[in-house]
Amino acid sequence: MIEVLRPRAVSRSRPRVRGIGRVLIAVYGVLALAATGRSFVQIVGKFDQAPLAYLLSALAAVVYIVATIALTQPGRIWHTVAWATISFEMLGVLVVGTLSLLDPGLFPHDTVWSMFGRGYLFIPLVIPVLGMIWLSRNPPEGPESNHTEPTHTEPTHTAPTPTAPTHGDA
Amino acid sequence: MIAWFLIAQIAIATAAGVLCVILGLMGRKPTDLTMGATALVWLLLLAQLVVSVLAPVFGNRATGSLLEFYVYLISAVLLPVGTGFWALIERTRWSTVILGAACLSVAIMLYRMGQIWFVQGA
Repeated sequence: MIEVLRPRAVSRSRPRVRGIGRVLIAVYGVLALAATGRSFVQIVGKFDQAPLAYLLSALAAVVYIVATIALTQPGRIWHTVAWATISFEMLGVLVVGTLSLLDPGLFPHDTVWSMFGRGYLFIPLVIPVLGMIWLSRNPPEGPESNHTEPTHTEPTHTAPTPTAPTHGDA
Repeated sequence: MIAWFLIAQIAIATAAGVLCVILGLMGRKPTDLTMGATALVWLLLLAQLVVSVLAPVFGNRATGSLLEFYVYLISAVLLPVGTGFWALIERTRWSTVILGAACLSVAIMLYRMGQIWFVQGA
């Protein structure tokens, strides 16, 4: 992935990027809730009708939950987790979306990813792209700085302070 | 579920959502207006919950899956509460946008709930 260069001059607008990140997290949260709700209904209500599709729904729900949590947590490991889960979602929506279009018989029952997430206003198709852009612009914290409270002074010789979505934006 | 109440509720949730998204993008932090609009959406959801629980007693039954209906309804009730607390903790304009996103999600979920109640099994 190409590292997007953020020259120091842009640091003035960094809180804004961070702020948009919050909206991203909120949308992920809603999607996680939606996917969890749907898979809960499918598995409790009619699991025997299409076990594979419903297990896929449940897997998608879990991945959305993990991605939502990973986006809210600071640190390098969570950043990697966020990359992994968001990439998985991208792959999932592309593969399942394409398959459901080419051979509707494969996925007779809706999943979040059927028809590229049409049942969810195509949000599952768009949101991983936005997530990847956001992750690439917000490199993770170094392992050392995980537990230190970020100061408001601009570092002079180190890399720009990470902009992982921790609390305390205002 | 009562049709006119549902339609009014969807209209209000949509209006509140559009209002919050626009004000948020204009740079407003959460105010009494945007928080109040979200609170109104939440109160109407609680009313809808009461109506939906009582409706079958009066012969107004859901045509579709009740399980699916209540998963939607409970999820919808949680959204304004969650984002409302978020807006109280983090007072930035993006919290206002998030309030709007929650209200719009509620509107979509209500539409879907209407389908389950009136159309799905018919």
